[in-house]
Amino acid sequence: MEVVKVGMADLKIAFSPQILTTLGLGSCVGVVLYDPFIKLGGMAHIMLPSSKQIKNNSNKAKFADTAIDMLVEKMLDAGAVKTRLISKIAGGAQMFSFKGNNEIMKIGERNVRAVKEHLARHSIKLVAEDVEGKYGRTIEFFTETGVLKIRTIGHGYKEL
Amino acid sequence: MANENLKDIHFDILKEIGNIGAGNAATALAQLLNKKIDMNVPKVNILPINEIPKVFGNIEDLVVAVYMQLSGRISGNILFVLGEQDALKLLNMLVGQDIDSLSKLDEMQKSAMVEIGNIITGSYISALSDFIRIPMIPSVPAISIDMLGAVLSTPLTEMYYKGDTALLIETKFMDYKDHFKGHFILIPDPKSIEVMFTALGVNYNGGG
Repeated sequence: MEVVKVGMADLKIAFSPQILTTLGLGSCVGVVLYDPFIKLGGMAHIMLPSSKQIKNNSNKAKFADTAIDMLVEKMLDAGAVKTRLISKIAGGAQMFSFKGNNEIMKIGERNVRAVKEHLARHSIKLVAEDVEGKYGRTIEFFTETGVLKIRTIGHGYKEL
Repeated sequence: MANENLKDIHFDILKEIGNIGAGNAATALAQLLNKKIDMNVPKVNILPINEIPKVFGNIEDLVVAVYMQLSGRISGNILFVLGEQDALKLLNMLVGQDIDSLSKLDEMQKSAMVEIGNIITGSYISALSDFIRIPMIPSVPAISIDMLGAVLSTPLTEMYYKGDTALLIETKFMDYKDHFKGHFILIPDPKSIEVMFTALGVNYNGGG
């Protein structure tokens, strides 16, 4: 089965039986969209909550707002129907803890919040999530079954 | 003030900056371990931020990273990254124990790891600070032990607020006898690179 790799600040779509994967999510969030009827999946590796806070925003795949817009558009172009789309998300961890109140360290939490907000804006149902905590995650999405597998180092294995 | 304006002479100066900092840091590490520590000639690269993890290894490699932010006139990020085996070697040399897995580190061993990072980073910064005669203020160090990509995601995100690419001054430390190596990386913010050149009396925009 062909594995489609999604890099950091990247997004891709794939039809069954391909597998979409992104490695080493930390404070980033992996967003999966799926149209179960035509077995089309999409995955984005989001790094930041909003494109509006940043001047240099040429790569739209790295922000929650613009990446979700782009991914939805790609899915629809490939034949997905918006009302059929569901979503699964993982990531948004806090990898370092600094003493004191450091906003950048809460980036994971803010990413998760932004992703949920933009999924809701598109009226896409979030059916499963494995977010926050203090550890990294590698995710694999099986377009054939709609299962999202989550691997960690020392924090177990999950299927959503 | 974009990184793209840099010419050969600027890269040479940045390498020298890396050399001065890392030379001092290698000495500190050598004293700490009572061993001979070598270092390579620093590499200076401008990379798209999402390609930075590849400099250190595979995205899913288990690593230890000690991370500090610099603030003040010179701002940026500092990372000291070690692969699992390298970190264990370093830690075992230091504490004289026989720890065989990073996931089994207790709080004491973790803070020993942070302290190593702190000493190395501190000596790097103080040499650099003396050289350019601008005080540099590091944050309290933070540690993370996990997949390389996951560990780096937070510092990389921080860099994205300043641009899509980052300039890395990278030095590798090694002990040939015990096959131990570690990466030290300074990533000054684009604005700070200009401040450094100005402090050194180097023309930045006019073509060096």
